[in-house]
Amino acid sequence: MRFWDYFRTSKPSTASMAKERLQIIVAHERGSHAQPDYLPKLQQELLDVISKYVQINRDDVQVQLDRNDSCAVLELNITLPE
Amino acid sequence: MSKIIVVTSGKGGVGKTTTSASIATGLALRGHKTVVIDFDVGLRNLDLIMNCERRVVYDFVNVINGEAALSQALIKDKHSDKLFILPASQTRDKDALTQEGVEKVLNELSKTFDYIVCDSPAGIEHGALMALYFADEAVVVTNPEVSSVRDSDRILGIIHSKSKRAAMGLEPIKEHLLLTRYSPERVKRGEMLSVQDVEEILSIPLLGVIPESQSVLTASNQGVPVIHDEISDAGQAYLDAVARLLGESKEHRFLDLPKKGFFKRMFGGTA
Repeated sequence: MRFWDYFRTSKPSTASMAKERLQIIVAHERGSHAQPDYLPKLQQELLDVISKYVQINRDDVQVQLDRNDSCAVLELNITLPE
Repeated sequence: MSKIIVVTSGKGGVGKTTTSASIATGLALRGHKTVVIDFDVGLRNLDLIMNCERRVVYDFVNVINGEAALSQALIKDKHSDKLFILPASQTRDKDALTQEGVEKVLNELSKTFDYIVCDSPAGIEHGALMALYFADEAVVVTNPEVSSVRDSDRILGIIHSKSKRAAMGLEPIKEHLLLTRYSPERVKRGEMLSVQDVEEILSIPLLGVIPESQSVLTASNQGVPVIHDEISDAGQAYLDAVARLLGESKEHRFLDLPKKGFFKRMFGGTA
């Protein structure tokens, strides 16, 4: 059996492709569902306020919510231009 | 106090109703007074699988709305006097299931029943949320296939965040993975996700593996839950799953190909 395997072109099985795809999508979706729905809107509104005073890109404002057992930390990371 | 078990999956057509019927029947066969509720309002099917479709007079929504007493709507199973079915309404829509109404019915049932099995509709809409909201345990029915596994992961997220136990900060719902339509032959050929693959992705304890089996369709044709078919592999796998649900430890079966005997190897045949 092993001997003949040597001559076969080694294609990854479709099951392992399925597993790999699932691991990626599931990890991604778990991350995004953990965030409350208002975060994108919060980010947008912060951006609107800041851009009244400073020229800023959308990517320069990062909003992240980290949950610990007893409390949640809302982390704002705003990169102002030089 | 009774134990409330939801049978859920997110995706449709993976075997929720088949599983609800068999698990409820299995619990009753083991001597526990059990009721199985169809939460799929508008698309009821549990009555067909349990062969009581012609005996439905009142339904779950009638009881919630006070149009019928619970005792009028409960249908006694033909095979076991410890099993009752509460059918879904076929004419209303899912919004007819109010949280207060469902709670009232569950509270009344828990006075007399040991187990309440909730057969969830597919999806993550209101009906599915109501089915899982009050649950103590969840049986997540999954096929070894990408869309089913993804949807199971999604429903697990909802169990974690939107159930009563989550909302009230109580001990979380006990989750069980039930892998159905499993084909060891295709797994061996690398065409199907293995039990280990699905366990690794969903990371919840395995309750059982139900092999792909012709007996499931035969059973639904006749309206006899497949767990009654003790000769079939699927029936035996459900019996094992019920035993594990009751806390017994049973080795998982039907995970590997049956070994072919000399004659089968010589002359073929489908094993």
